[in-house]
Amino acid sequence: MMPGKVLNVSVAHLSATVLLFSLLVGLSALIGLERQPRQFRTDPPVAAALNQLRLMPSGIGGAPPEIYFALDRPYEASAYDLSQGKRLYSWFGCASCHGDGRGGAGPSLLDGWWSYGPSVVAIAASIRDGRPRGMPAFHNRMTTDQIWQLAGYVKTIGAYSASLAAPSRNDDKHTRPAENRAPAAILFHEDLPAQPRSEQGPPP
Amino acid sequence: MKSTSALLLLALLVSGCTGAQSILNAEGHAAIELKELILWIICVCAVVWLLVMIALVSALVRQRDPDGGAISERKAAVAISGAVGATVLVITGLTITSFYTTRALSEASPAELTIDVTAQQWWWQFTYVDANPTRAFVTANELHIPVGKVARLRLKSSDVIHSFWVPSLAGKRDLIAGRENMLTLRAERPGIYRGQCAEFCGLQHSHMALFVIAEAQADYERWAERQRGVGAEPTEAEAVAGKAVFMAKQCAACHTIRGTKASGTTGPDLTHVGSRRTIAAGLLEITRGSLAAWIADPQTLKPGNNMPLVPLTGDELRQLAAYMESLR
Amino acid sequence: MTEDRKQSSLMDDGLDDAELDWHLLKSWETPRGIWKVIATVDHKIIARRYIVTAFVFLILGGMLAVAMRIQLARPEARILDPDRYNQIFTMHGSTMMFLFAVPVMQAMALYLVPLMVGTRNIAFPRLNAFSYWIILAGGLLLWISFALDAAPDIGWFAYVPLSGPEYGSGKRADIWAQMITFTELSALAVAVEIVVTVFKQRAPGMSLDRIPLLVWSMLVMAFIVIMAMPAIVFASSTLILDRLVETQFYNPAAGGDALLWQHLFWFFGHPEVYIIFLPAAGMVSTIVATFSRRAIFGYLPLVMAFIATGILAFGLWVHHMFVVGLPRLGESFFTASSMAIAVPAGIQIFCWLATLWLGRPVFATPLLFVIGFIVTFVIGGLTGVMVASVPFDTQVHDTYFVVAHFHYVLVGGAVFPLLGAIYYWFPKMTGRMMSERLGRWAFGLIFVGFNLTFFPMHILGLLGMPRRVYTYQPDLPWGGLNLFISLSALLLVSGFLVFLIDVLVAWRSGEPAGPNPWKAATLEWATSSPPPAYNFRRIPVVDARDPLWRYPEELAVTAGLRVDRRELIVSSVVEALPEARESSPRDSIWPFWAAIATSIMLIGSIFTPWAVVWGSIPIAVTLVGWFWPKGTAEDIS
Repeated sequence: MMPGKVLNVSVAHLSATVLLFSLLVGLSALIGLERQPRQFRTDPPVAAALNQLRLMPSGIGGAPPEIYFALDRPYEASAYDLSQGKRLYSWFGCASCHGDGRGGAGPSLLDGWWSYGPSVVAIAASIRDGRPRGMPAFHNRMTTDQIWQLAGYVKTIGAYSASLAAPSRNDDKHTRPAENRAPAAILFHEDLPAQPRSEQGPPP
Repeated sequence: MKSTSALLLLALLVSGCTGAQSILNAEGHAAIELKELILWIICVCAVVWLLVMIALVSALVRQRDPDGGAISERKAAVAISGAVGATVLVITGLTITSFYTTRALSEASPAELTIDVTAQQWWWQFTYVDANPTRAFVTANELHIPVGKVARLRLKSSDVIHSFWVPSLAGKRDLIAGRENMLTLRAERPGIYRGQCAEFCGLQHSHMALFVIAEAQADYERWAERQRGVGAEPTEAEAVAGKAVFMAKQCAACHTIRGTKASGTTGPDLTHVGSRRTIAAGLLEITRGSLAAWIADPQTLKPGNNMPLVPLTGDELRQLAAYMESLR
Repeated sequence: MTEDRKQSSLMDDGLDDAELDWHLLKSWETPRGIWKVIATVDHKIIARRYIVTAFVFLILGGMLAVAMRIQLARPEARILDPDRYNQIFTMHGSTMMFLFAVPVMQAMALYLVPLMVGTRNIAFPRLNAFSYWIILAGGLLLWISFALDAAPDIGWFAYVPLSGPEYGSGKRADIWAQMITFTELSALAVAVEIVVTVFKQRAPGMSLDRIPLLVWSMLVMAFIVIMAMPAIVFASSTLILDRLVETQFYNPAAGGDALLWQHLFWFFGHPEVYIIFLPAAGMVSTIVATFSRRAIFGYLPLVMAFIATGILAFGLWVHHMFVVGLPRLGESFFTASSMAIAVPAGIQIFCWLATLWLGRPVFATPLLFVIGFIVTFVIGGLTGVMVASVPFDTQVHDTYFVVAHFHYVLVGGAVFPLLGAIYYWFPKMTGRMMSERLGRWAFGLIFVGFNLTFFPMHILGLLGMPRRVYTYQPDLPWGGLNLFISLSALLLVSGFLVFLIDVLVAWRSGEPAGPNPWKAATLEWATSSPPPAYNFRRIPVVDARDPLWRYPEELAVTAGLRVDRRELIVSSVVEALPEARESSPRDSIWPFWAAIATSIMLIGSIFTPWAVVWGSIPIAVTLVGWFWPKGTAEDIS
């Protein structure tokens, strides 16, 4: 083989490599969905804006603040924030009423029944302001971004469908399947809805 | 190996000047033994390297003999056998020396003090164990030991693997979830010795320092007695207001100040935080200003750590810093 | 052999040289065209691809190192945040170990072993093509994840629980573990090819004691790969199982063990060092012999030292774990075994020194790199003896002392010989000479830059600076040395730039080389530069270790192979007596599709376990295509 030919062959290699590369770029779109630059510090103005929950007058459901969408819904989509939320769940003693998520003194978070609606903003509002019948308010114990992280986590564990972004799994004795095994209700073979109920509202 | 020894000398000088975290600045029983061993092995190895280099240079530049191939071959075979023999001798010697050092270090002497060390991302919790549970106490990132006394550390981790390393006092030992390791410290001279986590443990591995303060028995007793007490009640007006801020804001949910209703266990115990030398695992020296800076924006000073940014007004921040400083 | 078969097939006996070349070229050549090139199974083309890819990863990994040095040049710098820094040092280690060092050493084997043992292609050539596409996909997976800010941030050792399901959130650790799977696959495939090529395809007469030392080192390396890789296969698979489907291998609360990971990882990780170093030792042996103008002194001790290194490599993994709290007896055993590996290393060094002593050294660039290798590798070996001592190690473990140590071993011990080997074999691979003048500059800059960069790290370690820190505080006495190191790193980088420029210039317009520019003794120099697609017009017959010195005029050759199809000689393991003529596979596009299908399955399994189920269907389809019977006789005795 002459040196000139070596170069020709290398050009062909290059094209082959580019071909494979583009195939893999297609695959990496999957990873792209996961793109998550980790935010450690929420700017105080952003945190203040995140605190502007637009709840319905009944306190059930509502719309997250505009900035939540501007940030690309990080608290539901980023595995890092979900994992932080999971740590907060144990640090702030949520388990003392809600157990491992299946409830206790407080309601279950896994059964697909959301007393105040399944939206993340309703969950955040429940954590921030508390609810009647024993749910304490955490606004003076947690910062706004912590409340959002925890709300995102709680929404995930009761999710109706599995998502790619999942919180980390605890290295502990397990009392229930890990969070990334959603939908939670189906996994427990409990006779519970796997679809959101239209008539959701405060418990009767 | 002139350059090496010159650099080593330089290293010794540098470490001598600062007294900081250095293997060559050995002040503990174990570290002194280890330093002797380390310097001895380095010297032996330097000599070996020098001999190999002499052989290399002479092989490359020697006068070539026009004839005498066969004789040189036989000579070379003898020389190689000799060199291999010498290698075996040297490494056997080093192995035996190393065994003796290990044995000398593991000679059991009764511990006069037991401390539970719990490493977590990214700080150290120290629990001084006492037969009488009311005399046990918890502190963070600053370990006090009496000079000349053996302190036994029980090493545990509450999350990932960390490694406890205070080079001036002893070699390192890992802290592993699900296991308990043991390390003994004995400082020969009073002093402040810096240590640092030596096993990669995540985002803030770089800022997970601790200080060991070796002091006379009486000083140690005085310190321990104060640590057993509850948090000081503030007297200064600003600090009194700061206490109210602490209890009303998010702080109390994660931190404990004994004697108050703040009893969170996620973050370090702050009962005597004002008496410590540094905040945030060796990040800043404690002053009212640095406390305020840390509280104001922990995620900029130590990105990724678990302390959240709590929104406070300027007044609240000043009051809180004053209260923290008063917790001596 | 029956008469009619002889009729139907064209043999090489009766043809003159020109006719023979024409027929052989027709059978063996890779035709023009992208798809033809993708389908090629020529070991030389694939090896060259490997080498170029590995050097691209070297450049990328080097750029990461520069980024780290910029960050560490001054205390509390904020150029990189900790998250990015952790990704960068993980990427640097993983890229250099898995995507550069191992593939490049195996690639040198892929290129040189068939030429050195005198055969026409590597064994299992389609597997070879497959292995390249697989490692390329693994490398792209890792680097695309880096571009998307989702690169692993757990270190190249990925200790649990930091990489486990609780603390490694997101898909970062899964990407790392799956990248490992890609490199394992590729490395194992190449190792099997090397073993079979060396044992069964040697030229007639090349008995085991006449194999070139480089081939011996590659053979031992291949065996280490075959025995070490299963440990990491198990480790990375269980890690991903723990993370994806809730197994509990590494969860202490459920009966698992975090230290199990470290044992498995280092049972692979320590032999990995010798996977990288032994090929380098083979290169050094070759270069030393050629430029001393005499046969290597101590062939048998060297072979024995290679084999001893390969065996001892599996007995000292625990010295990476001296501070986890081991029983005393374990510590003593692993101290002794770690020290003992200095003996075979010493034998190698002494034999090379003796060869230089007895010969008449010619100071060409390859030999300069070998001299640089001896100077630095001895330092790395001696610091290795130091950290083998448990008490010594409790102080320097996980400090910059260890960083310095393994860079002396890996850069001094493997990259220096590799660069020397590139200077040495470049003429064979391209038919053109690299520049002596630029070569000397490259060597000088790299040698000085390397030592100025890495020697001070020993001192930083003794001064207490831990590894893997993204910054350090200004009140610690490390600032000056770190700045010095960062500046020295620029010198090292400039050396590599000179080397790359030399490669590019020489590739385009270097002096034509001729078949044997260095007047070397081994078979690869018996054919033209670059070698034709069929390597040798006629397979040579060997009766000495240095055939080209023994018979400078003309080598004895064999005849009796068919030329109208790809055919080569299979010989016996010990004596290399010819046993059979075997057909060598034709080009095929299927390994490429199989690699794509495998990549899709492996990458999909990061996200869902069902990818293994559904992904195996396209793999099965491509494998059926690959192994579809051709209806031709495979071999004829």
